[in-house]
Amino acid sequence: MEAIAQFFESNLEMIYLLSFTILLGFEVISKVPTVLHTPLMSGANAISGVVIIGAILLMRRAAADDYLTLSLGFIGIVLGMINVMGGFAVTDRMLEMFKKKKKKA
Amino acid sequence: MTLEFITDLIFWIGAIAFIWGLRLLSSPDSARRGNIIAGVGMGLAILSAIFQPLGSVSNNYPWIIGAMLVGGIIGWISARKVQMTAMPQMVSIFNGLGGACAVVLASAELYYFYEGQTALGMGELLILYLALLIGAVAFTGSMLAFAKLQGLVNDRKVTLPYHNIINMAMLLLLLSLTVYALLQGKDFGFEMSMLILLIGLVYGFSFVAPIGGADMPVVISLLNSFSGLSAAAAGFAYDSRIMIVGGILVGAAGTILTVLMCDAMNRSLLNVLIGGFGGSGKSGAGRAAGDQVAKEVSISDAAIQLFYSNSVVIVPGYGLAVAQAQMVVKELDNLLEANGVDVKYGIHPVAGRMPGHMNVLLAEADIPYPKLLDLEAANEALAQADIAVVIGANDVVNPAAENDPSSPIYGMPVLQVWKAKNVIVLKRSMNPGYAGIQNPLFFMDNTRMLFGDAKDSLNKLVAEVKNL
Repeated sequence: MEAIAQFFESNLEMIYLLSFTILLGFEVISKVPTVLHTPLMSGANAISGVVIIGAILLMRRAAADDYLTLSLGFIGIVLGMINVMGGFAVTDRMLEMFKKKKKKA
Repeated sequence: MTLEFITDLIFWIGAIAFIWGLRLLSSPDSARRGNIIAGVGMGLAILSAIFQPLGSVSNNYPWIIGAMLVGGIIGWISARKVQMTAMPQMVSIFNGLGGACAVVLASAELYYFYEGQTALGMGELLILYLALLIGAVAFTGSMLAFAKLQGLVNDRKVTLPYHNIINMAMLLLLLSLTVYALLQGKDFGFEMSMLILLIGLVYGFSFVAPIGGADMPVVISLLNSFSGLSAAAAGFAYDSRIMIVGGILVGAAGTILTVLMCDAMNRSLLNVLIGGFGGSGKSGAGRAAGDQVAKEVSISDAAIQLFYSNSVVIVPGYGLAVAQAQMVVKELDNLLEANGVDVKYGIHPVAGRMPGHMNVLLAEADIPYPKLLDLEAANEALAQADIAVVIGANDVVNPAAENDPSSPIYGMPVLQVWKAKNVIVLKRSMNPGYAGIQNPLFFMDNTRMLFGDAKDSLNKLVAEVKNL
């Protein structure tokens, strides 16, 4: 119990951030109509590409001759960037069609 | 103003942009703007990560720029080139790569730890293992989901006997190995952590293997939430708030979507995960048929029926998507509307391969938004309709879901096409649908079959209607 109390006290800011983000995520997303589920999934997937930030940090901290880390960072950035760029582009393509629709209607 | 203040401020703006973007994605009017805002937020965050002060580091900017160009170009081209019908597979691949990125990060950090270059507490180690394992499952799971949707592998070929027991055992093994690794600390060794990764990769594959058919969207959505969580775990390891916020938001989005999809099929998530139909739903298949004979209709009869009816409800399914027939549907719609026929579309929540998939396809063909009815409205319209036209849909119009408790899809809400005065089913053959279940609809008195490729049949119908 003592350990839990200590963990809670020393990570208070993080616990607030986590719980608010989770609630916010549920709240924002539960209002999306069915027709937008595929674009939403695709858009959310693009946001999960935020993991690329970690890959950039890994790469920047690597020593200039640490080729193992440089290669890992390179792969990480390529993977993350495909996720980000492809994700947003594909979502935009889907939504473009909805927009055209609206203008005519 | 210090550089650190500026980059921290921009990270914060990026996080707000993610939340705001997702919010705007919730309405058709603002969705596109929402996606762009989230994208701009991502761009800002990436810039900030490149310039944020880290003390004396070697930066390696040429490597970073090079990798970003390679990834950016690959991502951009594949997103532009992909067919609208293959969209779900594409999302699945992108999602898997995001998971793979988290795996790479966690592996690198674990390597430093076990090589003695960094010191980590048990909590930090746990976070790395979470990023590693959740990312691994998201990666191989998404790749298999892609292969299944693309038709590269057959559901049944990758399922072992007692598959669920094997999966459960593997999960237990993974969890106990991870707990052991945490307790052992550094003595566990890097090679052993890679063994855990390997089991995680196999588990991701095995986890998706028994799931098939109509359940695929649920899995992609779930894996999407996994890759968000792995990004958030990596965010803890790198002490990056924007990674945590972005990752958790996606984790929540994927979870909500997954639950909504399960609701639409009236099944529990657990039921989906242990392979409800797709893999093991053979009980209802094979029977029916027997002495029953489905009645066919000729193109010209169908054309005449459609042309002189008052109201038509079109029910599109995956067959329409495969045949790329959405434009022809629009053409037929125009011809019928010109003759005063009221044409509507009944969209089942899980028609196609993802929720909203059909809406995207029909929007591509310029079919106005208000014509697309959701399940409830469509069923009301069907009860009044003269003709229901089923194009390449099967399981979502199966009456067995309502009246046959032994059917694997019993309880799933379906479009009640049989309540229309007449039903015309466009279908390739009498083969059962994706879920492998026979459909009694085809043998009903008011049902007529129009065999052939959906686009082909529709083209002929259009030609016939033009001649009338």
